[in-house]
Amino acid sequence: MAERSFAEEVKKLRVGAGEEFRGEGILAITKALLESGVSYVAGYQGAPISHLMDVLSDANDILEELGVHFESSASEAAAAATLAASVNYPLRGAVTFKAPVGTNVASDALANLSSGGVTGGALIIVGEDYGEGSSIMQERSHAYAMKSQIWLLDPRPNLPSIVNAVEKGFELSEASNTPVMLEVRIRACHVHGRFPAKDNVRPRFTLRDALENPRRQVDRIVLPPASYLHEKEKIEKRWPAAVKFVTDNKLNEFFEGDLTDIGIIMQGGMYNTTLRALEVIGLADAFGASRVPLYVLNVTYPLIDEEVVRFARGKRAVVVVEEGQPEFIEQAINTILRRADIHTMVEGKSMLPMAGEYTGGVVRDGLSKFVRAYRADVLAAMPHPAPSNEAAMRLAAATKAIEPHVQGRPPSFCTGCPERPIFTAMKLVERELGPRHVSCDIGCHLFSILPPFNIGATTMGYGLGGAGASAFNIKTDKPAIAIIGDGGFWHNGLVSSIGNAVFNKSNNVHIIVDNGYTAATGGQDILSSAANNKIRATKNSIEKAVRGVGVDWVRTLTHTYDVATMRDTLREALTTSHQGPKVIVAQSECMLNKQRRVRPLIAKAIKGGERVVRERFGVDPDTCTGDHSCIRLSGCPSLTIAPNPDPLRSDPVTRVINSCVGCGLCGEVAHAAVLCPSFYRASIINNPTGWDRFKARIRDKVIGFLQQRLARRQLLPA
Amino acid sequence: MNAPFETKTRPITIAIFAMGGEGGGVLADWIIDLAEHNGYIAQLTSVPGVAQRTGATNYYLEIFRRPVNGGREPVMALIPMPGDIDVVIASELMEAGRAIQRGLVTPDRTTLIASTNRVFSMTERTAMADGRVDEMVLFEGCRSAAKSFYAFDMASLAEASGSVISAVLFGALAGARALPFERGAFEAAIRRGGVGIQASLVAFTAGFEAALAGTSAPVRAQAPTGPAQAPAENAALAEVMREVERDFPPAARKVIGTGVERAADYQDLGYARLYLRRLAPIAALDSGRDERARLLQETARQLALGMTYEDTIRVAELKIRPSRFARVRAEVRAAEGQIIEIAEFMHPRTQEIADTLPAPLGRFILGNDLVRGVLDRLTRKGKTVKTTSLRGFLLLYTVAALKPLRPNSLRYGAEQKSLEEWLETITATASKNYDLAVEVAAAHNLVKGYGDTHERGRARFETLIKTLPHLIGRQDGAAKLAALRKAANADDSGAALATAVADLEK
Repeated sequence: MAERSFAEEVKKLRVGAGEEFRGEGILAITKALLESGVSYVAGYQGAPISHLMDVLSDANDILEELGVHFESSASEAAAAATLAASVNYPLRGAVTFKAPVGTNVASDALANLSSGGVTGGALIIVGEDYGEGSSIMQERSHAYAMKSQIWLLDPRPNLPSIVNAVEKGFELSEASNTPVMLEVRIRACHVHGRFPAKDNVRPRFTLRDALENPRRQVDRIVLPPASYLHEKEKIEKRWPAAVKFVTDNKLNEFFEGDLTDIGIIMQGGMYNTTLRALEVIGLADAFGASRVPLYVLNVTYPLIDEEVVRFARGKRAVVVVEEGQPEFIEQAINTILRRADIHTMVEGKSMLPMAGEYTGGVVRDGLSKFVRAYRADVLAAMPHPAPSNEAAMRLAAATKAIEPHVQGRPPSFCTGCPERPIFTAMKLVERELGPRHVSCDIGCHLFSILPPFNIGATTMGYGLGGAGASAFNIKTDKPAIAIIGDGGFWHNGLVSSIGNAVFNKSNNVHIIVDNGYTAATGGQDILSSAANNKIRATKNSIEKAVRGVGVDWVRTLTHTYDVATMRDTLREALTTSHQGPKVIVAQSECMLNKQRRVRPLIAKAIKGGERVVRERFGVDPDTCTGDHSCIRLSGCPSLTIAPNPDPLRSDPVTRVINSCVGCGLCGEVAHAAVLCPSFYRASIINNPTGWDRFKARIRDKVIGFLQQRLARRQLLPA
Repeated sequence: MNAPFETKTRPITIAIFAMGGEGGGVLADWIIDLAEHNGYIAQLTSVPGVAQRTGATNYYLEIFRRPVNGGREPVMALIPMPGDIDVVIASELMEAGRAIQRGLVTPDRTTLIASTNRVFSMTERTAMADGRVDEMVLFEGCRSAAKSFYAFDMASLAEASGSVISAVLFGALAGARALPFERGAFEAAIRRGGVGIQASLVAFTAGFEAALAGTSAPVRAQAPTGPAQAPAENAALAEVMREVERDFPPAARKVIGTGVERAADYQDLGYARLYLRRLAPIAALDSGRDERARLLQETARQLALGMTYEDTIRVAELKIRPSRFARVRAEVRAAEGQIIEIAEFMHPRTQEIADTLPAPLGRFILGNDLVRGVLDRLTRKGKTVKTTSLRGFLLLYTVAALKPLRPNSLRYGAEQKSLEEWLETITATASKNYDLAVEVAAAHNLVKGYGDTHERGRARFETLIKTLPHLIGRQDGAAKLAALRKAANADDSGAALATAVADLEK
């Protein structure tokens, strides 16, 4: 079960024609798939489309009613390969993953798929993770679309446009026998909006129809000579078909304006930001009426030469608002205009930055520059006057003053995270055996590279933690450590990291962090999840899989919070003379998910009168000296600082706040790292038994008596 | 142009700066619901991703008066534009600073609603001493960057009303009158939300009223002070306190009084008198040099801490006091009469055991490989002691009862010797360079903690003392030593201090 439940919201998927749908972008996409008569959906989670996977998962009943199959793929490659069902059969299928990392993984299948082409509509919905909040390398999906000839839709970021793009995307795919990629940016995925709904449609042709009437077309398979024909067919048949469909259906949009000698060409996804920028500089209103003519590319690949020419002809200059680099669209527009012998100046990256997110301020500044260069006369009357000088100076001074007092707040391990003690143990081993090379993977564990742990040198991709250390395979008494999460392990790691290490006789140490979910993407289940999942097969052992590919030295630790054992096991792995890869499976449930799972149960038990013991930690301020070693070995959000109650001391003391879930790490660290004796564990007993009460009574009497005796000897009241 | 051009109608833009898991999403949903039920179109976007894992998280909303009679639909932005934000809501003071840094708070239009509480950053929390940023600078920055500023400690209000900060922020938003809706409309949105309605409404009211009352500056939470403020009932102690009044300058009396009480509590009255005897020559150094008696004050503070070093006896004694039991109960919010059990995490090693024993015995243990080996093995693992169990309590009680034997212990001798040396250094320095002597006194603050921390601190303190010959003749000697102390607290490895010392000796 994922971190966020859409169980309530998916009910909206049932609304039909005549009703208005209100909700988030990802929910709208799901609704659009159902309205388009999709037969199957597959994907792999990852922001910004994690929630799309969660929605689909929570909507499984509705999907089944409509005869739609939903698959939680093992990887993006597996998801993309699913689209093979649309090659020979008129089945509409959609897959979804994060771009460009997912596209990277999927590219083998995507290239094969687009070579042979499709019969049924094939839609690849990619969540473009470029700019703020992104956790991946900054690249564009555009290159993938171009290299494999997949049409790329980049609709305006409002729900009606996105929903329309899904529907038209299937039609375009079928009309041109080409897979279609629909790109949605992170904020569009999470935008709350509305659109007029239609009825859901059962697929006309079903998966059962296909299985019972199997078809094959050898000329659709990528093998010579068909593959050479595919390449020609792409240009001679599929491209013109796509251009015709896009033109006939007016997928791109033209907006007129009175400043006819200039124009703006933009990716559909840039529309809202561009319009707001124009509005702020006084060239548009809040309803989309613009004085500058606009050409909105809801289809960014292929470009429609005739439309570009029509828009640019007679203008002094156009500016291309195209986020990211290289500037494929701007280059293509230049080529198109040159071939048509049109001399309109093409601005774009000359006015706007080559790299980085096109936020409101960036686009406003770039467009101001453009208008000033070509129509300075219209910039005179600005409806939003710039702040007065006095105010601007005040702001500048304030910004400067606070600068050193605003620190970064990068994400880190959650309260009680079971991964934290693994890195605490690594820190302790590092103190004993010295620093060494650590190769990381993708997932929550990668927060180890940040303070307070500062562990890890590289990350090469999902499931590639072990592979990233594979060059360090020489005779040495300082083997490298590779870290991989359970998500990465099942995605690609079993073969690429572990199998690879076995085959190449590596002596490196591999830590597999098994928290029971793909936690970083929102807690989805995977093969080794401990949970019962009625639509998936779980509880498959990582240790068995590892042994299956030939690892002999495997230790599974089922309680990561036991720092001493973790430290000792790691030390043993690093120093053993055993040949071959050493694998430690460090197993404890993701605390975020665990809390979500057990909290309601505990509340119910307490209410029902059952004896429940809640544990949490605390620090005695009078023995804490404010050195904060404990925080440097943990970083837990519930472990923070507080003013020192001792008038003689000024350094803040450590304090455990009430969000503590009592995971036990603080106590283990205090023991293993020989810290101060300030930590205590409080066990709070709800609904005590008679025996509890009896014990407590006796105890309180004796202890109370001794305490009084002690107090009499004390000089001061305490 | 395909439509009439209208520049008067604009959206109201709202940015929320929060941290993952704080309920920023709930607040955003309330605002959406509020707007949609009151004739507005609302749009919300956020960037969740991994930022949810305790990192900075923000939400952006635009609300727009719904067009009448099927009028034109507005185009709403998905990204906040610097200089174009009407309302910024920050759940914490540093996050408010972040909003300013991103240009989203401007003096011509932005209403800034911020909670003045602090959620300390990783950098602040992991500092080896006091790494907190200056909240007053942040507060004043907010005040001058915003058009209007509503700020108070909303985390405390949330806590007092048994709710979360998002409800208080929502109340403050209503109280700030930054949106065109009445209070009742806000409360209706909370009711429609359906979760924790009553607590949310209480917190909402608290936020609403506090916003009406106006902004209040952040108060660095003051922890309640311990025995220092309790009246000295003991007659003998009272007499020592009179000596403090008689023999020491007014500026230093408070800290010396605290030191006397601490020493008496730690050992006995004789120990308190020893404390005063040690301070007397320092007081003489101050007279005529400094009205504020800086040297005396700093020495008195550090000497009190140095003389009451935490050994096993002290820790055991502090752990079993009734006041401590009460503090734990309060801290974990145990209800009246609820049974709680307390377990301590202790790791006494051979060193600490030998330290507690009479000096000859302690030295024997540390010097004898066989005995030491056995003890090392026995103490390799930490011990968890249940103070609330009879067994655990009696164990600690017994250790605490060793107090009268402390002056004979190995550690006592070593500590007193090193304190005497430090006092001599102060005296010797003061005659040549008063300011440097104050810093020498302050440098003893490095000696703190237990186990590794204590050893590291002492080693660094000694490193500092060794630089004195380089500093004593210099006018900026005190500043240099202060810089070294800062470097000593810069990292675990000691690299910063090593570099600073090397630079000094160049």
